[in-house]
Amino acid sequence: MSDLLLDISGLSAISLREGGNPILRDVSLSLKKGEVRGLVGESGAGKSTIAKALLGILPRTVKVTSGTMRFEGRDLLTMAPRDLSAIMGSDIALIPQDPQTALNPGRRIEAQLTDGLRLRRGMNARDAHARALQLLSEVHIRDPERVLKAYPHELSGGMRQRVMIAAAFSLEPKLVVADEPTTALDVTVQKQILRLIRGMQEAHGTAVIFVTHDLGVVAKICDSVTLLYGGKVIEAGPTADVLADPRHVYTKALIAAGPRYDRPDAGLEPVPQWVFDQLHQEIRTGAKEILHG
Amino acid sequence: MTAYSFFHRVLMAAITLFGVAVIVFVLLRVVPGDPIAMMISPGASEADIAALRAQYGLDQSLPVQFWIWLTSVLSGDFGTSISLRRDVLELLAERLPATLELAAAALVFAVVLGIVIAVTATLLSRTKLSPLVDTLNGLFLAVPDFVWALALVLIFGVLLPVFPLSGRINPDSQEGFATQFYLLESLLTLRFRDLADISLHMIMPVLALGLPLASIITKVLKEALAEAMVQDYILLARLKGMSRLRLVLQEALRNAIGPTIALTGVQFTFLIGGTVIVERIFAYPGIGNMAIDAVINRDLPLIQGLVLVFGALFILVNLATDALVVAFNPRMEA
Amino acid sequence: MSGLVSEAPKEAAMQPAAEKPAAHRSLGRALLAEPKVVIAGGFVLLLVILALFAPYIAPKDPLEQDLMLGTLSPVGGSTYEPGYYLGTDDLGRDVLSRLIYGTRIALTVAFVAAGLAALIGTVLGLVAGWYGGWIDTVISRLVEIWMAFPPVLLSILLVAVFGSGVHSVIAAIVIIDWTRFCRVIRAETMAQARLDYVTAARTMGYPRLRILIREILPNVAPVLVALLSLEMGIAVIVEAILSFVGLSVSSDTPTWGGMIAQGRQIIYQGWWVLTFPLATLFATVLAFNLLGDGLRRALDPVLRR
Repeated sequence: MSDLLLDISGLSAISLREGGNPILRDVSLSLKKGEVRGLVGESGAGKSTIAKALLGILPRTVKVTSGTMRFEGRDLLTMAPRDLSAIMGSDIALIPQDPQTALNPGRRIEAQLTDGLRLRRGMNARDAHARALQLLSEVHIRDPERVLKAYPHELSGGMRQRVMIAAAFSLEPKLVVADEPTTALDVTVQKQILRLIRGMQEAHGTAVIFVTHDLGVVAKICDSVTLLYGGKVIEAGPTADVLADPRHVYTKALIAAGPRYDRPDAGLEPVPQWVFDQLHQEIRTGAKEILHG
Repeated sequence: MTAYSFFHRVLMAAITLFGVAVIVFVLLRVVPGDPIAMMISPGASEADIAALRAQYGLDQSLPVQFWIWLTSVLSGDFGTSISLRRDVLELLAERLPATLELAAAALVFAVVLGIVIAVTATLLSRTKLSPLVDTLNGLFLAVPDFVWALALVLIFGVLLPVFPLSGRINPDSQEGFATQFYLLESLLTLRFRDLADISLHMIMPVLALGLPLASIITKVLKEALAEAMVQDYILLARLKGMSRLRLVLQEALRNAIGPTIALTGVQFTFLIGGTVIVERIFAYPGIGNMAIDAVINRDLPLIQGLVLVFGALFILVNLATDALVVAFNPRMEA
Repeated sequence: MSGLVSEAPKEAAMQPAAEKPAAHRSLGRALLAEPKVVIAGGFVLLLVILALFAPYIAPKDPLEQDLMLGTLSPVGGSTYEPGYYLGTDDLGRDVLSRLIYGTRIALTVAFVAAGLAALIGTVLGLVAGWYGGWIDTVISRLVEIWMAFPPVLLSILLVAVFGSGVHSVIAAIVIIDWTRFCRVIRAETMAQARLDYVTAARTMGYPRLRILIREILPNVAPVLVALLSLEMGIAVIVEAILSFVGLSVSSDTPTWGGMIAQGRQIIYQGWWVLTFPLATLFATVLAFNLLGDGLRRALDPVLRR
């Protein structure tokens, strides 16, 4: 168990805004060092609530009612704020969804990329500059000197997301939370960014929680996958097992709904209504999730 | 800002100023009521009146009068004030510095106060103080400079008589100044007694002019900061371990300040307009105070000169605002 | 003269009645449910009553001078004289009575100037926003040029041209401030014109003018009413400033601005001569501001829901 990095167990949360509506129901998932886990679900499934809880940025309207969230054995939910903020950004980093809004439009890339190095690692300006150059070339940015001097609006969406990836990996975190990092990008750029995240993750031995609604993305880069619906884990296990042998009707329906590269004439089937009815039934009765492997 | 767009803006400003000149001239030439009639003594003859008319160019046709007036204005001759019997340019040169010092001081005061309150309120945005700031500021927003000035007269003139009620400087302590920029000159020549005296005289007018502007800056900047503070880049900066103060000052303020500058520029022209009544209330010897006398006396040459000076001031403020907005926004370079 | 303006709120109430009876029934309640409307509206109503019935309400003749009764302090002061509740000025005129009579000029200017500015601005704004095309271009350019001219300059010029007097004050306010209404109403009209109910009305084949007046105007009314209330506050201040410097009505007529000017001069002998009209002026401006804000909230069908 020594290589267990993150262990979420029995996590439940309610939304105070919607009159105590549950938004996470007894969620458990674990992550080994260096593992890439996909967190899949439609909007409202609870995947981004989990990601926010991991980063300690849950909105005030969300209240965790039970469960633990152990990172290297220490529960993030009960940790003192000072200890928590020492971990956040340093041991746990975020690749945000939209690089457009994640970069401060009024500051140059260099200032934003070196903030963490200087604040967290106490680097001086010269060392931070050198490290920033190195990071940018690591994410395959061709003219790093120019990019460091640029303002965000001077870069393309793909370039900005590369900068965000460099920033996320800059402090050698143990866990990176990637919050749908490709949804705001052009399709052509998406693949490159996915490959880049996988490459960086392998090179640095970093574990990644990959939040997405796209099973196709999961198939490409995730070692394991957790499928959520209505705040509840539906099915989880190694990606290959789950995709090859989906046991829950919802998982089957989702796979059928995605494009099939092996049979272009099939696929794109909408998820039938009775599947949702069954899901709601299961949530009401508190049925067990399906675990592979 | 490129050379072309700068030139373009200056050209537009010049055209606007010319438009102001035309409108001023046309409006004042249709004034019902003959300014000459007010100047003559009861026993004046027709010939005397005609002579006066000729002296002020009032016997010519309108286009000719405009041409005479425009060429003389461009050559620095603004004519002679009818009520004060002095050269208009001389009067303006004498009074304008007082107004400039007052408006500039009020602007600095308002900007500093507005930023301090907006930033403090943003830092306190999750405490109970925040709605209090909003409510108070909402109330302050409704108080115009005229009401502020008189409330200050009551508070610091009567209730707690700490500041002088009128004028620009204590007449006894006057050693004489080389320029009309008393505040600046006493500061540069290190005459601290005069500096203190002038500052005391300026406090109430500066408050009256600056407080409404500070309220507006607070409101707009606070809203812009609140909007900036929920952006993803703030979240990421927070994850990098930035303190809240640094988040506001380094990350949010930079992006919130642009719209605030644009608005401050517009509002500063209103502040300059407000000097008219505020100078009147505090008997402060600037061009605003003079403008009221000029209107009461129907002193056409002086009114023309004053309106042109005010117009030029407004246009300069707008140009400067444009330049500042561009300077603070890296995205607008062309 | 302010016919359209005074009718606009009524239209707003009647029009939804035809389509949304529930909204109509709740209009009165919605107004009363908004504390700003009740408090500020109550204050404005009080002012209106004071102005209309000034001769019956005022305890003294506002013009009667008696130097023997000069600068009497208000109730509780050392030189208080019974009957002169708020004291007298240096000429022995009763401050309270002058205050009450001063309401007349203040409200006249507020209603007439703001009403006329709203009338002109609204008509031009509706026309520009609804018909578009060359007429919109002409009106929009006119507004732009107008707004490039700083209000203070324009008012100095206008009062210099018209001479002093309450008519000049009203004319100056109307000439300067109609653009506020025109700009906002034009934008609002254009926004409304894009909505489905307008398209529906057009497919019914109603004449364009009828759609403008019966369909669009009621929906623009909340904005208009709020703006009108704000403008009344502005007008009251402008009138006070011009009376203060002696460019409004002749000095015999009691005005708040005139009283303030007098109070400023005798500030050390009688603080009350300045304080009471200033406080009344501020309360009035605040009331119009609050009323505008409250009316906008109460009348806006979206906010009301």
